[in-house]
Amino acid sequence: MRCRKCEEGAIVNMRHHKLALCAEHYGEWFVAQTERAIEKYRMFSRDERVLVAVSGGKDSLALWDALLRLGYHADGLYIALGINDPIPYSDASLEKTRKFVDSGEWRVAKDDAPLAPRPTLYIVDIPAAYGKTIPEIARAKMRGQGRPCAACGLTKRYVMNRLALEKGYTVLATGHNLDDEIAVLFQNTLRWQTGYLARQAPVLPASREGLVKKVKPFCRFYERETATYALARSIDYIYDECPHAGGNLTNFYKTLLNQLETESPGSKLSFYLEFLRARGEGAFEQFNRVEELHACELCGQPTSAPERCAFCRMWNVSRIVE
Amino acid sequence: MRITYRDKQYETKPNITARDAIKKLGLDPESVLVVVNGKLTTDDVVLREGDEVKLVAVVSGG
Repeated sequence: MRCRKCEEGAIVNMRHHKLALCAEHYGEWFVAQTERAIEKYRMFSRDERVLVAVSGGKDSLALWDALLRLGYHADGLYIALGINDPIPYSDASLEKTRKFVDSGEWRVAKDDAPLAPRPTLYIVDIPAAYGKTIPEIARAKMRGQGRPCAACGLTKRYVMNRLALEKGYTVLATGHNLDDEIAVLFQNTLRWQTGYLARQAPVLPASREGLVKKVKPFCRFYERETATYALARSIDYIYDECPHAGGNLTNFYKTLLNQLETESPGSKLSFYLEFLRARGEGAFEQFNRVEELHACELCGQPTSAPERCAFCRMWNVSRIVE
Repeated sequence: MRITYRDKQYETKPNITARDAIKKLGLDPESVLVVVNGKLTTDDVVLREGDEVKLVAVVSGG
């Protein structure tokens, strides 16, 4: 198959776009589409400082790379979760993240944009800060019915928000791709979780003091597109899945939706975009109830709980380590 | 012809497209990328005897 633009051998065929591209033109297309999403959903401006949540995986490293190529002020936050059994997943993913920063690959700027300065990588080591790994705290608190995913999600959301605020970032960017978004959308639709449907969006605004704006610039990219970009850019990312991800519902829904996409190209994209259209027209507005929030009595972060936030209740500390 | 996927190796006949080979392995073409002789390519490529074929799982991380 040939590139639509130059007749070189294509590295990707996006059937939902009826578009095949070579490595060079795919890289250009991908970065341009990233900027288009940032502008379309008014995620952030060039004056804002963006903190990218990086995990060592393809999506977050590709996002960091694309933002730097576009000339945004984008730094990274890696949260060490202590997931190293049965494979050294956390250690390996931190190594990949450090390697990305040290490699200087991100220095290849787009067009005539100035070379990005070396970005800052913040590392928050959860076991060092709080005395337990994520699997250990999940077991100790009997949270998540034997799976550490709930404790992991709670911890990551808390640390990301808190560090972004403390370091003066106005925007927190995550590498959620379209497959991530529609897996959640599918789950919430199956269960008619109207409140969740009302709140699912490419941008979660900083609705009150103490909450940083959260954005998903890759929300329109298929997972295979972010993986293709990472490979084409020679970004060395962690191929392994989290050892606790096996058999989870999200991956099951992704598999189902991929089967649908194989039979009917474009199904995933239209599922998401038509949801956003309906949401934009107010289809879920009546379910968008604003929760009463107040400051956690220990750490000061916003919470709907009466005294301490869920994070402080789980960890029983309010300290954060830089 | 040998195909590598998630550190495991599989044997398949040559002279079929990568997409057909992916299906023969019981995988969904949406869920993998095709690397032939170290180069990323589209799944319509015809695999030849001697090609080094690697399928990269799209889902990773977590």
